[in-house]
Amino acid sequence: MFFSQQQTAYQHLSHLDWLEAEAIHILREVAGQCSNPALLFSGGKDSICLLRLAEKAFRPGRFPFPLLHIDTGHNYPEVIEFRDRKAAEIGERLIVRSVEDSMQRGTVVLKHTDEPRNKHQSVTLLEAIEEHGFDACIGGARRDEEKARAKERIMSFRDEFGQWDPKNQRPELWNLYNARSHKGENIRAFPISNWTELDVWQYIEREGLELPSIYFAHTRPIVYRQGAIVPVTDITPAKAGEEIVDLQVRFRTVGDITCTAPVISDADSLEKIIAETATTTITERGATRLDDQASEAAMEQRKKEGYF
Amino acid sequence: MTHPIEDHGLLRLLTCGSVDDGKSTLIGRLLFDSKSILADTLHAITKTSQRRGMQDVDLSLLTDGLQAEREQGITIDVAYRYFTTGTRKFIIADAPGHEQYTRNMVTAASTANLAIILVDARKGVLTQTRRHSYLAHLVGIPHLLVAVNKMDLVDFSQNRFEEINRDYLAFAEQLGIREVQFIPLSALNGDMVVERGDKLNWYQGQTLMEILETTPSAQRRHAAPFRFPVQYVCRPQDASNPRLHDYRGFMGRVESGSIAVGERVTVLPSGLSSTVKAIELGGEALADAATEQSVTLLLADEIDISRGDMIVKTGELPTQTKQLDATVCWLAESPLDQARTYLIRHTTRDTKAKLADIAYRVDVNSLEKQTVNQLAMNDIAKVTFKLAQPLLVDAYAQNRGTGAFIVIDASTNNTVGAGMIS
Repeated sequence: MFFSQQQTAYQHLSHLDWLEAEAIHILREVAGQCSNPALLFSGGKDSICLLRLAEKAFRPGRFPFPLLHIDTGHNYPEVIEFRDRKAAEIGERLIVRSVEDSMQRGTVVLKHTDEPRNKHQSVTLLEAIEEHGFDACIGGARRDEEKARAKERIMSFRDEFGQWDPKNQRPELWNLYNARSHKGENIRAFPISNWTELDVWQYIEREGLELPSIYFAHTRPIVYRQGAIVPVTDITPAKAGEEIVDLQVRFRTVGDITCTAPVISDADSLEKIIAETATTTITERGATRLDDQASEAAMEQRKKEGYF
Repeated sequence: MTHPIEDHGLLRLLTCGSVDDGKSTLIGRLLFDSKSILADTLHAITKTSQRRGMQDVDLSLLTDGLQAEREQGITIDVAYRYFTTGTRKFIIADAPGHEQYTRNMVTAASTANLAIILVDARKGVLTQTRRHSYLAHLVGIPHLLVAVNKMDLVDFSQNRFEEINRDYLAFAEQLGIREVQFIPLSALNGDMVVERGDKLNWYQGQTLMEILETTPSAQRRHAAPFRFPVQYVCRPQDASNPRLHDYRGFMGRVESGSIAVGERVTVLPSGLSSTVKAIELGGEALADAATEQSVTLLLADEIDISRGDMIVKTGELPTQTKQLDATVCWLAESPLDQARTYLIRHTTRDTKAKLADIAYRVDVNSLEKQTVNQLAMNDIAKVTFKLAQPLLVDAYAQNRGTGAFIVIDASTNNTVGAGMIS
């Protein structure tokens, strides 16, 4: 056997324990290096993991940062209810800033009224960063989500316009993270960079984490539109001529209603979701994000503009 | 099956080589054969391949992430890829092979436990092979694996494979590389990657995937003395809860070794000693903690400890020094300036630092030592730094966690250098 002469009694960490230990280390580095961070919490599954990791990192103390949600106003009510209840349950401060407020201020201008608001979150996020003087924002983005993210740093530097310059990122070596920034600049910290969608589901199961109900299979009215499954809601009504059907679906990712689609599934438990995730043939974003399909470079472009 | 029966943890590996060596094809093969490439991703690269007039799917497109790179057809930065075999999770750091990207390879190598060094069976050991091996060895990757690829183009010849092994070992010895493994394969056809195939029957060793699944991950650091740099101090100061009123938790990640409740520890730089009263994670008690675990330590005595301090076992002290002799890789476009003061970050401690001396620069191609008075991007050199505050260090060869540092330019806050303590 290869390398057998080096084997010792060392019991390595399981992959989830290793990922957890790394994420806790990153969260504590943000707390140790930055003076005023915030943790982005949307009620989605990735940020639910972040919340548990922050509990592991900082309890019995309080979190050294508030929770922040940039609300497009187009979120599923189950998720918003969950967000508020969860924040209250763990006793941490939740700040909500809304894209609709930015629209009223005139800093977000929609091209047309039913335009997806996802990309406009960047504006509201930058306004919240400025208002509160945050020097770091902790987010639940993962490198496996999308090609442009595969080269993202764990501590990602943004200039004062919130811009990500892929050619000007700090080299990141060992576990020596550089979260330094000048006033007005910002660090985006991604503690679960090295997690995959499957890791997230496995961690949720292991930790017994509660999720908004729409992550599990349920019956929902939908229409088929250009090959995608579009949920029928007040915000996204059926168009003339479209046939509404009731379908058993679940969400793999939850975000702005206008650009997040469910997948057909009868997985009504974590065990079934994990089994489906392990054997799926379509990427998370490919299946569910209507906004990334525009071009291969769509995410890179949005990140350059300040998106997470 | 939703739960793996065994969990072999996680292995971080690095692939070195250029597109010509079939590196991207090999990564594509690993992802593809472990079913980590999903249909829509495959569809996207198939379309791109067709648009560029290629007949076969170019698996290298999987690893070229950014638009700028896709346009130029080169990889300019380290990309991270993930796959799992059901029993183990893998993180591949994919660094470009070009000479001018030494810094990217050093970056990618810094977190890797195994390096796959690709050699084209037709071309044998090249300058590039030497450069990659030198850097992998320099950065202390514990396991080096030379993959002799494109065996299909040399008729799967055992003689050719053994010839390359001999050539490689001759120069590996000069570098002081003591342990290296060899494997013949064809990434294009998949021989010896996941499946053995039927063309390399003279090879009795494990397939690439078997090697990846069984290589130990962190045992070297585990055998080293206990090192616990303090990241953050938890003081809830909760007057209503008597347990939390005097609670002082020292939070960090075990860089090396292990610790158990009841053991004697010394806090540095103060030198004060105490006993470990409790080890916790998220408020739950643990009996002990080992390498790579993030935990909270509580001590029996009230000692003033803050971020940047280090907790070690009494009697196993690191070196306290205001001078660093180190091998440095310069990462920034602006050269290392002898007149300037930089910031050095080592574990959780920062100190101001000035360059005192450049002993020599190493030419990464010829491995020749050269006299220079300035360091430019991608240079590797033996240097000495003077420090404003003492650091608590071990030799990098003994301990990656307490032997590594980064150099920060305080005016831009950029990370401009990477250092390994001698």
